[in-house]
Amino acid sequence: MNIAYSTELICFLILSAVIISGSLAVVLLENIVYSAFLLGGVFMAVSGLYLLLNASFVAAAQILVYVGAVNVLILFAIMLVNKKEKLKPIEGLKTRKLISGAICGGLLVLLLRVSITTKWNLPGPSSIGEEATERIGEHLFTDYLLPFELASILLLMAMIGAIVLARRDISMPTNKIDNLKNEKSLIDKKIPLLSENSLK
Amino acid sequence: MLFNSIGPVPLQAYLIVAAFLFCTGVWGLINSRNAVRVLMSIELMLNAVNINLMSFSSYIDGSIIRGQVFSIFVITVAAAEAAVGLAILLSLYRNRVTIDMESFNLLKW
Repeated sequence: MNIAYSTELICFLILSAVIISGSLAVVLLENIVYSAFLLGGVFMAVSGLYLLLNASFVAAAQILVYVGAVNVLILFAIMLVNKKEKLKPIEGLKTRKLISGAICGGLLVLLLRVSITTKWNLPGPSSIGEEATERIGEHLFTDYLLPFELASILLLMAMIGAIVLARRDISMPTNKIDNLKNEKSLIDKKIPLLSENSLK
Repeated sequence: MLFNSIGPVPLQAYLIVAAFLFCTGVWGLINSRNAVRVLMSIELMLNAVNINLMSFSSYIDGSIIRGQVFSIFVITVAAAEAAVGLAILLSLYRNRVTIDMESFNLLKW
């Protein structure tokens, strides 16, 4: 066993330990802010796994998109909605957690059994290593061109949809809102969902 | 020097890590009462799928790497999903003034 192999093995062990403990902490910790930061750690560790798999471009994309965008978005959402609220207890929560834990454990056992007992077609063709970025570019502009363009349309739709959903409903003039406040009968009527809070 | 696919880490190790991550995400998705944590669990599950795609792409499909292209698409869709999901969450919070998943029963019955 030469030093490159043992280094790769140690890196893999550390990264997988970070991923497993971090994901458990994300799910189990009470404080949601800790969960969000640990989620960033899990994303970094996953990108480390991609580096071990000779995929530097996807590792960089993972860090840029997940840590740089998604995690920051989640932190912003936490800051916007972070209110200490007493969750009202619901009966049967313990049994629900136990049953879902058993189901997830069963799913885990099933997945482990499949991944260990299946005869994978190994070793495959040798990895192209650092040419992977060029190869991804060729794929994106030849045989995966249609999904690539569809992804751009999807991103545009998601951007417009997020703006429409998250903006405050300010199209109503303020005097109209004041009139609406005085009308008590409106409370009984069906109020549109997006402007419901502007009436209070 | 290229790492060939006969490395010290077998393919099954990556699959085991991904399976664990996926099951943790499923459990969190079912049991979280905070809506932001539900979105975080979905991201964990998407990452597990990505690890699977990347490890298969490296070990079995090492010369064509279709799995890496797929995982880039998955990352794109995950980013779009996170943006729309958090926007829906903000809109819900503005209307309900809570992020408890148990109180979001608008479409139930």
